[in-house]
Amino acid sequence: MATFTLPANSRVTGQGKSYPAPAGAKRTKTFRIYRWSPDSGENPRYDRYTIDLDDCGPMVLDALIKIKGEVDSTLTFRRSCREGICGSCAMNIDGANTLACTKAIEDVKGEVRITPLPHMEVVKDLVPDMTHFYAQYASIKPWLQTATPTPNLKERLQAPEDRAKLDGLYECILCACCSTSCPSYWWNGDRFLGPAILLQAYRWLADSRDEATGERLDALEDPFRLYRCHTIMNCATVCPKGLNPAKAIAEIKKMMLERA
Amino acid sequence: MWFPAEFRMADAYKVIDHAYDAVVVGAGGSGLRATMGIAEAGLRTACITKVFPTRSHTVAAQGGIAAALGNMGPDHWTWHMYDTVKGSDWLGDQDAIEYLCREAPAAVYELEHYGVPFSRTADGRIYQRAFGGMTQNMGEGPAAQRTCAAADRTGHAMLHALYQQSLKHDADFFIEYFAIDLIMVDGACRGVVAICMEDGSIHRFRAHAVVLATGGYGRAYFSATSAHTSTGDGGGMVLRAGLPLQDMEFVQFHPTGIYGAGVLITEGARGEGGYLTNAAGERFMERYAPSAKDLASRDVVSRSMAQEIREGRGVGREGDHIFLHLDHIDPKILAERLPGISETAKIFAGVDVTRQPIPVVPTVHYNMGGIPTNYWGEVVTLKDGDPDTVVPGLFAVGEAACVSVHGANRLGSNSLIDLVVFGRAAAKRIGATVAPMSALPPLPKDAADLAISRVDALRHSRGGSPTAQIRLAMQKTMQANCGVFRDQEILDEGTRKIDAVYQQMADIGISDRSLVFNTDLIEALELDNMIGQAVVTMHAARNRTESRGAHMREDFPTRDDETWMVHSIGWFRDGRVTLGTRPVHTRTLTDEVAYIKPKARVY
Repeated sequence: MATFTLPANSRVTGQGKSYPAPAGAKRTKTFRIYRWSPDSGENPRYDRYTIDLDDCGPMVLDALIKIKGEVDSTLTFRRSCREGICGSCAMNIDGANTLACTKAIEDVKGEVRITPLPHMEVVKDLVPDMTHFYAQYASIKPWLQTATPTPNLKERLQAPEDRAKLDGLYECILCACCSTSCPSYWWNGDRFLGPAILLQAYRWLADSRDEATGERLDALEDPFRLYRCHTIMNCATVCPKGLNPAKAIAEIKKMMLERA
Repeated sequence: MWFPAEFRMADAYKVIDHAYDAVVVGAGGSGLRATMGIAEAGLRTACITKVFPTRSHTVAAQGGIAAALGNMGPDHWTWHMYDTVKGSDWLGDQDAIEYLCREAPAAVYELEHYGVPFSRTADGRIYQRAFGGMTQNMGEGPAAQRTCAAADRTGHAMLHALYQQSLKHDADFFIEYFAIDLIMVDGACRGVVAICMEDGSIHRFRAHAVVLATGGYGRAYFSATSAHTSTGDGGGMVLRAGLPLQDMEFVQFHPTGIYGAGVLITEGARGEGGYLTNAAGERFMERYAPSAKDLASRDVVSRSMAQEIREGRGVGREGDHIFLHLDHIDPKILAERLPGISETAKIFAGVDVTRQPIPVVPTVHYNMGGIPTNYWGEVVTLKDGDPDTVVPGLFAVGEAACVSVHGANRLGSNSLIDLVVFGRAAAKRIGATVAPMSALPPLPKDAADLAISRVDALRHSRGGSPTAQIRLAMQKTMQANCGVFRDQEILDEGTRKIDAVYQQMADIGISDRSLVFNTDLIEALELDNMIGQAVVTMHAARNRTESRGAHMREDFPTRDDETWMVHSIGWFRDGRVTLGTRPVHTRTLTDEVAYIKPKARVY
């Protein structure tokens, strides 16, 4: 029988701390947050923070910032734009990957459990190591490739219908919510490119200005890079921008068939 | 300079040395464009950034990028120049403005060639929309459709394309490295010190040129459209290097931040036909700007909205905001041209824009002021009576810089074009003046000591005032005492209060002592960068006794060209502000366009 060993420091065993609501708070909510620092030498733990919702903004990120500012400044997470466009604050909230800044607290029943994006190396608390994800992005050469000369002091023309083919693709914010919710990516993330990167690959295949379709398809023609997608569809379910990476992957597979 | 309450020896930090021809700090639109240009010139190039490049705040720009392409009707770069000068309330330097507007079309075509997914006209050209203050025929004609757009996600489209292009170039990226301080030797910049957030190691970058592309300091205010990371770190570094910042009193309030959340709704919403109403349902902009109406420049619209609210005609239970209507626009057009803000209004205001108005309020959005530079991006200072003295080795671009092309008020969509035009200009200058792989003079042994001791003191600080508490005091003070309407009394109080907040920095205390991804420490360093700029901003606002662009003094309601047609500059040393002035350039770059003389600014 196969035996599995979990990596070091992956079991949540540590005794967590609890921070009660401030006196007089009428409407409270408890956040159970994953904590781990490599400095401590200890396994991860959950800390529980109960806050006064009447003194907090509506989004989960508002609560995290409130906790960091007023309760425990060691709580570590990434954040920047707070409006769902930079992709920094991707994390797992109430069991699903999403952006903390656009996730309303009131949409979560009971305790709000927050963990880092699943199946990523953790740097600290809610901060995952994104290095491999970014390297995979660079590997698909995500830039416009052309052979015909660039027009001088003019734009390349593109019909509105051709431009419309990029809608639902170019809006990706590289938050990695989709890839890190994909079981196939969990198992084969070292070689499977995952939904985010494949969506980006298709963004260039779909661009009427790009002239490297053949090379791009060649680079994806691989049992792992492309074909580990088993249409589980978690990617489309969680995408905080409402995109559908699974559909983009299907389009790539269709292009492969068409040229075969 | 801020100093720790108690002295202690700095811990031993791992120090790693790097040598480059040029180092760019920041990877937003201007930083990436500069990085690419320098790398293209064959120089050893590094780019240091505290966030992954596509998370920089350029990503949040919505409406578009201005350039006189003439795709939608007649246009000319001189018309763009006229509008920019008038928008700046004549505080912009016209040589730099000429450079910006003349170079703008080529810069936009370059972006298209990089792959930016611009929206298109029926004949396949780049779609352009109307924006505030943009007109035809030197202000005489109707509105010009000059703002090139990728739906309402232009900044996102542009930043991602710039990052994608940069992957092709031979530049080294140091991602999630936080720049601490410049290395200054005998008045010249010789490099920069940074901390690697992942492991806390200290990195000394030696370089012939350092480019600050660190963005604005919008987070010095309580309610801003700016990202949490918009803390103006370059401005803080420049003040600590003993150099002045310029025109800091000019802070732009965007007319349409979502009430409560502060999230931006693009001016392009009005460019596509949206309009503002007060509690009586009146389109009040017709009274304030009979000709341009809702598309007057931002300072004018924001002031008009604030005036309506002040006179009791605001909407909502508290009568403290205004409605922005898009509900008369064809839902198909909204879905095609304004999909991003339709989603944002739903999430942050619970509003369906096809049926309901969006609650909006003027919200801090952009710093016209910053690090003074010439149009090559070279940092300048007033020294020995010469107001254009170049600081050797130091450049600034983007919102961090004050070139000045925006003067007292920036026109919408002139900021994205500023990023690429001046990012490229700085790269060209560095390419022309630095020999690739040329020898770098050795640094003094103690070059990083001050930076390390500042980091170490903050990391071990145990005072009674947490970062968040001092930051909130700063933000509330700036919001209350340096807002849309200003007068002597409120600014006197403001300078007293903000000086007191600065004093509180000596009592700062943080909790996280770790070297690994210590955001408690980073936020303290960011606050340290912001507070100096907040202090200079307040003092400069008190000092300027006139009204110009975004700076509105109720006790001095008119523009005073006699006394104040000057840039104000401010140093911040040992906790004290020293103010001075630099002349506004009243010359153009070439003979192809004449100096545009000041006149009354009516929209």
